[in-house]
Amino acid sequence: MTELSLHILDIVQNSISAQASRVDIVIEEDKLNDKYIITIEDNGTGMDAETLAKVTDPFYTTRTTRKVGVGISLLKQNAEQTGGSLTIESELGKGTKLTVTFGFSHIDRPILGDIAGTMTLLIGANPQIRFIYIHKTALSDFEFDTKEAKQELEGVPINHPDILLALKELFVDNLEMIEAAE
Amino acid sequence: MKIKSLADLRSIKAEVQGKIKLREQGENAENIVQIKVAMATCGIAAGAKGVMNFILEEADFKGIDVVVTQTGCMGYCYAEPTIEVILPQKDPVVFGFVTKEKAREIINEYIIKGEMVDGMIPVSYKTVDE
Repeated sequence: MTELSLHILDIVQNSISAQASRVDIVIEEDKLNDKYIITIEDNGTGMDAETLAKVTDPFYTTRTTRKVGVGISLLKQNAEQTGGSLTIESELGKGTKLTVTFGFSHIDRPILGDIAGTMTLLIGANPQIRFIYIHKTALSDFEFDTKEAKQELEGVPINHPDILLALKELFVDNLEMIEAAE
Repeated sequence: MKIKSLADLRSIKAEVQGKIKLREQGENAENIVQIKVAMATCGIAAGAKGVMNFILEEADFKGIDVVVTQTGCMGYCYAEPTIEVILPQKDPVVFGFVTKEKAREIINEYIIKGEMVDGMIPVSYKTVDE
């Protein structure tokens, strides 16, 4: 995949499949330490130790429609190509936390891409899930919480097309401000 | 209106509420079309995100009552992006190799006119949940 936003979209599908009601997506741009860190944490069903040990194996999957599960292994490979790493913590019944680190300055680090589109797609398709998005750099940060957005909307569905369009603009504007600050 | 903060959402809330009331007056749950877009790794890599966004925009533009959701792998990795279309009182149909152009054709010909188009994946199953 050419963009990190598509990897995020892919990994969050696992959280959705795990019946998560909350998904935290944190992106930290740490130029000082040459790290670009993405953390995706959910409160889904989690995994037992046996499953966790196999989860980065592309030939292991819990799906029944096919015999491979390449999402996590592809992300891991992309990270390692930039001198980074991928770790997963999980506890059955509590949730899962995936942390992937890329070399910030490495030429093979994919661009973040259309994260605004990814987030609004996730929110639109899963309005019942609380999504928290945090984007941090050394100089500024942007936080978005669907719970707070719903409070402002006072009953208007967060997945209404006009609302999603407005949210996408919110993401784009705030992320551009972060980039401008850098 | 461009919004810069969550507080700005309140300013478009009233406008959206008006649109929802209008739609509810004309809505008939029995006539709602369901579209599921496969959004597993293979689908995402093949462009399912763009297809889903296009379907949402086109359905809104055409004024069709449609519920568009994402689903996991339907098992047709060779034919991604794939979508499942369920018309009212009809069996679900899966289409493969769905580009934006194919999605437009499916909407105009199959969903609006009820005429089958090329690209159906013929399998004997009911829905992806069964």
